[in-house]
Amino acid sequence: MTQASLGDSVVQKEVHAQAQNNGVAANITHTQPLWLLAEVTYRCPLHCAFCYNPTDYDKHTQNELSTEQWIQALRDARKMGAIQLGISGGEPLLRDDIEHIVIEAKKLGYYSNLITSGVGLTEKRIQAFKEGGLDHIQLSMHDITEEINNFITNTRTFELKKKVAAMIKNHGYPMVLNVVIHRYNIGHIKEILEMAEALGADYVELANTQYYGWSLVNRSQLMPLKEQIDEAERITNEFRQKVGNKMKVFFVVPDYFGNRPKKCMNGWGEVFMIVTANGDVLPCHSARVLPGIEFPNVREKGLEWAWKDSPAFNKYRGDDWMKEPCRSCPEKANDLGGCRCQAFLLSGDAESADPVCSLSPNHHLIEQAIEESKNPQIQAQPIIFRTDKNSKKYASGESRERVEDFHALP
Amino acid sequence: MTDNNIQSTDIYALALHHRFQWEEAQNSYVILFPEGMVKLHGGAGEVIKRLDGKASVADVVADLKAAFPDAQDIEKDILGMFDLAVGKAWLRKVN
Repeated sequence: MTQASLGDSVVQKEVHAQAQNNGVAANITHTQPLWLLAEVTYRCPLHCAFCYNPTDYDKHTQNELSTEQWIQALRDARKMGAIQLGISGGEPLLRDDIEHIVIEAKKLGYYSNLITSGVGLTEKRIQAFKEGGLDHIQLSMHDITEEINNFITNTRTFELKKKVAAMIKNHGYPMVLNVVIHRYNIGHIKEILEMAEALGADYVELANTQYYGWSLVNRSQLMPLKEQIDEAERITNEFRQKVGNKMKVFFVVPDYFGNRPKKCMNGWGEVFMIVTANGDVLPCHSARVLPGIEFPNVREKGLEWAWKDSPAFNKYRGDDWMKEPCRSCPEKANDLGGCRCQAFLLSGDAESADPVCSLSPNHHLIEQAIEESKNPQIQAQPIIFRTDKNSKKYASGESRERVEDFHALP
Repeated sequence: MTDNNIQSTDIYALALHHRFQWEEAQNSYVILFPEGMVKLHGGAGEVIKRLDGKASVADVVADLKAAFPDAQDIEKDILGMFDLAVGKAWLRKVN
């Protein structure tokens, strides 16, 4: 799955209706974990070069939460107001208890979403999900060509994904496609959108790669040119005009090419909570890269303490922690200084402005990364795929290849 | 007249794959759909609650007028809510 698929969507799709008299609330209650992302396993049959999962995920594949622990986490989060549930990974279908989790989610009143590569989705399982009350399935697609699909995922999954898409549609599910965009497929945006239309997609998320985890390791190999992104956005807008309301197309803008950072997770500990495969409770996907923070674990004090009282969740709430230039910035409420993980990974200071901001004293790091991605010699370095073998090398410190410039292991 | 040309004889229902439910933690009605949620104020919730795939816009207006006899200019608000909800594709036209 992608970094953008849930995280940014909190921001994108929260409705701020400019009500005249129509009675729609202008805002959603503060600091309530409306979105619960259950990263039920880091195991995955795919090896995507852009995966946002931690490069040392291999450490967390032996100590996954049990079915009972997941169900307890679902109950506890629901009591605190969680309503949108994402079941993600890795590949969640590698667990054989997703059916139980789905049934419990339905009982509790969640609107539940299975985020999958499609590998492992059989007629039998999808039937069980439908009966159990799963609300939708988000399928990752990679390209219109078999060549690029198989290359970037390092697997032969092209035909399978098309079959799974048809299966999802046949079972009356909304068709939600997520396509991570990078150098290898950005030239095919029009064809990708046409494919989505032909598959009967209701929602398509074109998620430009954000650079965390494996995608940060492969940044110079994946980053497209600014001109290509502008062109992709133009094509997307044209397509939106053509299809109208029939298909919702989200174009998640990559922050490296914006002047201002994203309001990451809609604010630290505001509406979004992740429980990882091993039970760590995080305010964002990559928070464990940050130094000096001990993240809570559901095996210890439970979710309510984690959300309300843990030092980790309170650390970057609000804006008291900010330094200049953020502190006195008139725009600080728009983006809350951007992403703490990106700030730390790139600059070594978690409380500094996100370097993607043109006002950041570290903005040169982004400019430099963009320049490097155009350098033919750097481009030519091989992609490091998300494999257990590579992860073990990073986790043990045996390999420092391409991570030495960063202030934590991505 | 509204932007989406809502007629009193129109019949609307919640769009496919959307769910409408009361949320205790929010103390309000919400509409849920893939990767999104809308929290509704009381009045808007009262409108959506009445959409059973059979009631026309006029039926909803009449029912709400009866339920809230003291509310002023309620018809305009209700049509405004229909207009917004159709514009946002939360509703589909049944008839």
